[in-house]
Amino acid sequence: MTKRDLLSMDDLSRDDVDLILDTAESFLPILQRDIKKVPTLRGRTIVSFFYEASTRTSSSFDLAAKRLSADTIALKKSGSAVEKGESLKDTILTLSAYAPDIIVMRHPSAGACRLAARHTPASVINAGDGKFQHPTQCILDLFTLRQAFGRSLDGLKISIVGDILHSRVARSDIAGFRMMGMDVTLVAPPTMIPREMASLGVKVQSDLTGIAKADVIYLLRIQRERMAPGANFLPSLREYARVWGIDRSRVRPGQKVMHPGPINRGVEISGEIADDPDTLILEQVEAGLATRMAILYRTIVGYSDSVTEEE
Amino acid sequence: MAGSATQRLWCSRAAKADLFIRGARVIDPVSGRDEVLDVLVAKGKIGAVGAGLEAPEGIHVREADGCLLIPGLVDLHAHLREPGGEEAEEIATGTAAAAAGGYVAVFAMANTDPVIDNAGLLEGLAQRARSEAVVPLGFHAAVTVGQKGERLTEMVELSEYGVAAFSDDGVPLPDANTLRRALQYASVTGRHIAVHAEDRSLTRGGVMHEGAVSARLGLGGMPSIAESMEVERALEVAAYEDARLHLCHISTAASLEHLARAKAAGVPVTAEACPHHLVLGDEAVVTLDPNLKMNPPLRSEADRKALVEAVADGIVDCVATDHAPHCPDDKEVPFEEAPFGVTGLETALTVLYDSLVREGRLGMSTLVERMSTAPAAIAGIPAPSIAEGADADLCLFDPDHTWTLDQKTVRSRSWNSPWWGAELRGRPVLTVAAGRIVWDPGA
Amino acid sequence: MSGPIDEVTILSAGQIARTITRMAHEILERNPDEPALAIVGIHTRGAFLARRLHAQLATLSGRELPLGELDITFYRDDVGTRGVGQVRETPHPVLKGTDIPFEIDDAVIVLVDDVLYTGRTIRAAIDALFDFGRPKAIQLAALVDRGHRELPIRPDFVGKNMPTALPEHVSVRLSEYDGHDEVVLERGVEEKRS
Repeated sequence: MTKRDLLSMDDLSRDDVDLILDTAESFLPILQRDIKKVPTLRGRTIVSFFYEASTRTSSSFDLAAKRLSADTIALKKSGSAVEKGESLKDTILTLSAYAPDIIVMRHPSAGACRLAARHTPASVINAGDGKFQHPTQCILDLFTLRQAFGRSLDGLKISIVGDILHSRVARSDIAGFRMMGMDVTLVAPPTMIPREMASLGVKVQSDLTGIAKADVIYLLRIQRERMAPGANFLPSLREYARVWGIDRSRVRPGQKVMHPGPINRGVEISGEIADDPDTLILEQVEAGLATRMAILYRTIVGYSDSVTEEE
Repeated sequence: MAGSATQRLWCSRAAKADLFIRGARVIDPVSGRDEVLDVLVAKGKIGAVGAGLEAPEGIHVREADGCLLIPGLVDLHAHLREPGGEEAEEIATGTAAAAAGGYVAVFAMANTDPVIDNAGLLEGLAQRARSEAVVPLGFHAAVTVGQKGERLTEMVELSEYGVAAFSDDGVPLPDANTLRRALQYASVTGRHIAVHAEDRSLTRGGVMHEGAVSARLGLGGMPSIAESMEVERALEVAAYEDARLHLCHISTAASLEHLARAKAAGVPVTAEACPHHLVLGDEAVVTLDPNLKMNPPLRSEADRKALVEAVADGIVDCVATDHAPHCPDDKEVPFEEAPFGVTGLETALTVLYDSLVREGRLGMSTLVERMSTAPAAIAGIPAPSIAEGADADLCLFDPDHTWTLDQKTVRSRSWNSPWWGAELRGRPVLTVAAGRIVWDPGA
Repeated sequence: MSGPIDEVTILSAGQIARTITRMAHEILERNPDEPALAIVGIHTRGAFLARRLHAQLATLSGRELPLGELDITFYRDDVGTRGVGQVRETPHPVLKGTDIPFEIDDAVIVLVDDVLYTGRTIRAAIDALFDFGRPKAIQLAALVDRGHRELPIRPDFVGKNMPTALPEHVSVRLSEYDGHDEVVLERGVEEKRS
């Protein structure tokens, strides 16, 4: 079997993405019945290695693997040999001794997954590397959008609001949304938009003017570190909430709100909107499991789909 | 843009003026006038401007033969010490001093105690201005909380409450990154950042300009590069971010070179120079009079000349006083021990007219442009102008009036002026601000 | 692919229709008075056949039986070992999806497929059904049985028994999917097995 890594959205073509989303759709009914399992990846080994804390993504991948009947090992940085000073390369080589089919990895440095992929015959799936990419988040976002807006997302207007500078979700989403034909606008305080971001084919603005034109508002979390003394990206969460926070007055009826989580209530999103069943936030969480199952499945089975005959 | 239409000036409301000024030489860079005209002020607005006008029945007539009538002056940079430093100055006395100097708008700096770094305090001060300010008063807010250089202030909210601009003047910003982030963030507000450019590692222990005079007097020197290097750095950051920057109290020729280059390259920068730097040099400090101690210090004659030229050329956009009152007890100590700072509101026009216009170095219209029109534009307020229908914002200047700034005449609470006790020639004799007579010593 | 394909029609459209009618009779005879009888078709063509049987059963018995369909992709035993290109591709849009809108527990399920060959598809379908519940019994209806079982699976209802050689291929075409009805035997097709 040839190895197929998923390190960034660049590793996927538009057809690949459509295939993953179609596959995820076919997993949905399985997640709704009593026995939420299929034997598809029985006998396969999926190792997940989360070098950074995560509840959402790591449990989503772990459960996805188990739902496909694969054997799973979930490793975290704390308590692992990494704390004793083992290098990333050595950790990957050690894990490869278990002949995993897939290694799912999250790491605080960009490109760590690419490094890992060079040192293992297993397929490597990037669950977030530094501020660079988080492709599986983008795929679950696309799935959520598809379920809400239909199969064609061409021309759909989406505004990504928040700390773009430090966000791997934003970078993956920009690539993925554009690939699927969407019209992307970035909104952030000027201290949080990287220079020359417009070169990625997106519009950039520093306030919420015109947000009503968007079909979807995609919110990013503001991290407290951004206000640490000397960081100077934002004066306060209070001002961020007042100027860039999304509350009832800033969402028009019919507009959809998304957030990769975890949310900061009262900062980038008001409590009222966070609790509004009309947002797509819970759908995103549900999408996470089906899309990750689809990604694991496709990584092993391959990306061409054919109708099989007979037997 | 957040708060671009907000009110930025507050003052107490006296009765609107009705006044007829006859025979003054009207010099108004906004309308381009420079001729002897009569001006009628009716209910606080300029009713008519023309030659040989007739004074309406019963109106107070001011004979202004030989005087210059100019639009009122605007000061971008005054320390009014309120809150926290009221023994040296407060809003009432500081704005009274401004009125006496021909000013119709003043913008206070934020390095008070506590520092003006939040909207609540700004609103409180606006209230104070509404009851105490003799002329319209606006405010800077700090760039960083407490001016500690660690966290940006809530600039958007502050601009919504009417702050004019942001400045940590009093202290330099700690590093280029702080300036960079401040410039980026402030761009959402439409307000500029006013920077006090000084490398404190170079000025530590200094009390005057580093040069032949400091060598003679044995005083610690503050080298010109402490300013020019920081000016260059600030300009590079502003260029990189294409963000509005204002340079406070420029004093050295080297800074002017960087400034000229940046302007030629299209960087959105403005700069101010102080009357004392345009008129005095470090030679004056031989008297060791603490009223000649300020930061940046009085510079060399070459610096002074370059600065005058830059004001004439417009490389330096405007004049600002950096009015820095200290109560007499604090200033009357040996030079080395005295705090930095001199007052300037009451003497600015006098000394600049005397030293520059009377000597033929600068045209009066240009001086008025630098002291009124340009600062108004930088502060984002309408430029005072002597035009029919406009609010009356006027200064009537008598170039031959001799006077002395002393305990009898001073309106500031503080006396630390380089010209304290000196015989001065030329004085504002009438100031009308926002349509009200705020200074009329002859009355 | 190697060599030209040689096609022989085994069942015409008319014959298919009659066969389905006959199978419907057989199903009813085998399950008289069964209250929980249900039909489940295996994608892709088994699902269309299941619908036709379902319609016939309704006509014959007056009862509308529960009808479902299964996509056994995720239950296949050849995941990851089957290479790309070994399976013949079809340009038609795929009508896939598992839908069992009734209770499996204690039901008698008639599984329907177009061609019964190695038996592995049926094995996967049985596994899938057991993930939905515990049926009382499972019976198998196949339109064509071409032999070569690799597992102990036997049909209960057969449309046509057709012993074949391994290199041969049986193609069932249905109007719902292929535009017309016929069953053909192809010779000279490269072997594809599982």
